[in-house]
Amino acid sequence: MAINTDQLLDSARRLRTEIGGDVHDRLTASIYAEAEQIAGRAVTQSGQRGRFDFDRTLDRILTSKTWGFPAMFVLLLGVFWLTIAGANIPSQMLGTLLLEYGYTWLHQLAAALSAPAWLSGLLIDGVYLATAWVIAVMLPPMAIFFPLFTLLEDFGYLPRVAFNLDRLFHRAGAHGKQSLSMVMGYGCNAAGVVATRIIESPRERLIAIITNNFSICNGRWPTLILMGTIFIGAAAPPFLASFIAAGSVVAVAILGVVVTLFVSAFLSRTWLKGETSTFSLELPPYRPPRVWQTIYTSIIDRTLIVLWRAIVMAAPAGAIIWLSSNIYLGDMSIAGHMVTWLNPLGLLIGLNGVILFAYIVAIPANEIVVPTILMLTMTVGASLTGAQPGVMLELDDAQVYTVLTQLGGWTLLTAVNLMLFSLLHNPCSTTIMTIWNETKNRRWTAVATLLPLGLAFAVTFFTASVARLLGWA
Amino acid sequence: MTVDNLVSNPAAHPASACAACPMYNGAQLTRLGINMTDWDFVVALAGNPNTGKSTVFNALTGLRQHTGNWPGKTVVRAEGGFLYGDKRYKLVDLPGTYSLLSTSADEEVARDFILFGQPTVTVVIVDATRLERNLNLALQVLEITDRVVVGLNLMDEAKRHGLQVDERRLARDLGVPVVPMAARQGEGVQALLKAIDEVASGVFVTQPRRVNHRDPQLEGAVSQLVRQIEFAFPGLPNARWVALRLLDDDESIERAVSDGTLGQLTQTLTPQTAPAIRLELEAVN
Repeated sequence: MAINTDQLLDSARRLRTEIGGDVHDRLTASIYAEAEQIAGRAVTQSGQRGRFDFDRTLDRILTSKTWGFPAMFVLLLGVFWLTIAGANIPSQMLGTLLLEYGYTWLHQLAAALSAPAWLSGLLIDGVYLATAWVIAVMLPPMAIFFPLFTLLEDFGYLPRVAFNLDRLFHRAGAHGKQSLSMVMGYGCNAAGVVATRIIESPRERLIAIITNNFSICNGRWPTLILMGTIFIGAAAPPFLASFIAAGSVVAVAILGVVVTLFVSAFLSRTWLKGETSTFSLELPPYRPPRVWQTIYTSIIDRTLIVLWRAIVMAAPAGAIIWLSSNIYLGDMSIAGHMVTWLNPLGLLIGLNGVILFAYIVAIPANEIVVPTILMLTMTVGASLTGAQPGVMLELDDAQVYTVLTQLGGWTLLTAVNLMLFSLLHNPCSTTIMTIWNETKNRRWTAVATLLPLGLAFAVTFFTASVARLLGWA
Repeated sequence: MTVDNLVSNPAAHPASACAACPMYNGAQLTRLGINMTDWDFVVALAGNPNTGKSTVFNALTGLRQHTGNWPGKTVVRAEGGFLYGDKRYKLVDLPGTYSLLSTSADEEVARDFILFGQPTVTVVIVDATRLERNLNLALQVLEITDRVVVGLNLMDEAKRHGLQVDERRLARDLGVPVVPMAARQGEGVQALLKAIDEVASGVFVTQPRRVNHRDPQLEGAVSQLVRQIEFAFPGLPNARWVALRLLDDDESIERAVSDGTLGQLTQTLTPQTAPAIRLELEAVN
């Protein structure tokens, strides 16, 4: 058998040279010729070609050199404005229901059952509160954002985004299909990393994997939306507030694209030098989106699955937060020690110890950053700033603002740098595992994890220094 | 996970109004979701990107594989099951590819499954509005396997564009069943199931079209190589295709020849032996 196969491969090699190579082109040519012949016999064209013309007209605008990017900007702004403006009221209602009534009711129940303080603390102040926070913060914006985004996807807009960005990626020495995996990353970076399989060249695929982190994933949108709403939108006149808030979120998203291009260019000129491949991208026809089906599936499949993942992560995180702020080593809780230890570094980059500790707790999932920050600010952070610790029960934007500025000592710089840190910092543990699975290479997995983290520290240190020099903070 | 059982009683529905509803198509169809134990037949779903493979997959299995209007959405295989008549089917949704000749990771997943996974039937979903380009892939699939059903999808869009596609002519030219469909509206799903069932059970014997390369030199080399391949791997179902791949210097097929993976294709796969090969493939991917 072994001899047979060797002989077989030898004679294939011999025959290949005998017939003069270029077999690939000859095969392709005859397949194409045959397909053309068969299709020609089966298809007849009659009547109007109206819809093709509609597609072309729309594409002339959406993929135009002049209007392509402005159209993209307006669409994104529209999506985020609807999300921010629409999510505000349901978020407050959920907050009242889960945090005010639910929390109080559970404590009354625990008192009636005369549950020990540590148990009701762990379960209600820890697990329940973190979970309730995640639901109140995430559910309304996700329930609006996902259907809108899925409608755009169903309509056929995403390949047009890829088409617009292709030129920029090409100039950065990256593969144009990277724009598709980047767009996937706006849902989930782990999915975005898997989506890079459509890129043939290993060099360009690695660039796409490493930079996918700068696509803001589900878990990070709520942080940006909250910061944009209560710090940046609130600084504007009320009638402009939601537009400015949406604008700030879009600005961070665009900055993510800029960073993606910048890091891609850096990688393709240093560690990952090489040729840029060409490829053809099919622009599918615009299809009338199936509105109800899209809303149904994006709420069931995306919103609820993402929310469920957040809850699964938030429940144990709530327990860890409660335990770490209630187990004392010496005169301070574990969380207190950690936060005090991280505080100088945090302040140096315009953040604080609570935020950095929250990012350590949130390594498994970015979704729990906001609840962790709020819970820790109420307890540990308050003792650092000398305020009275407590539990926040209302998800009123003004209330959150008061808590963060007064108990946490936040400024506008803290909010801006938190948005930047959220955009740039290391991928979550699920994504890191996926990168390892896709590359099977320790070095590249480390680069994909540490390069963003280093960048996050460098950029926030820079903005904090500038703000201090100019006397803004 | 629960099993989605959506069998409906046909007598309960007035036929006309419900014909377009996916639930109606469940007359003989039980969607099994991810419950796929002890299947009788394996069906692979291939096709160009963005032709509606995932939509067909969802209609048959009751699963909700993410669908989207852009090429490159599905890059890994999704699997699900359904029951049609008294046979259990495992359905595998392959990544969308324009060809099986190049070597990107997603194309390799698709090709390896059609070749080594030895599906009982391979359904090629083609876009009726872009038939010529889609047939390139269909013809390549027909080189690898005999048992093919062509799902002529997006017929509604073709109609809107004023295109008439003669599915009978196409079926005669390709030598396999061709089912006109509008999967987004659930049309043609029932006919597709019937065609899959007929090809799987051998009621319909396909006579697949093989591309004639009209190149005496090339065809000569192919037939010489086919003889040697048939000698080395007696009973191999697609020696001609392997010969073409070897002449094209396809490294992964050369590897399959020298490490004997190709030899496994000469054994008829049963559901009991198939999983082992599938696992090996997963390790390769």
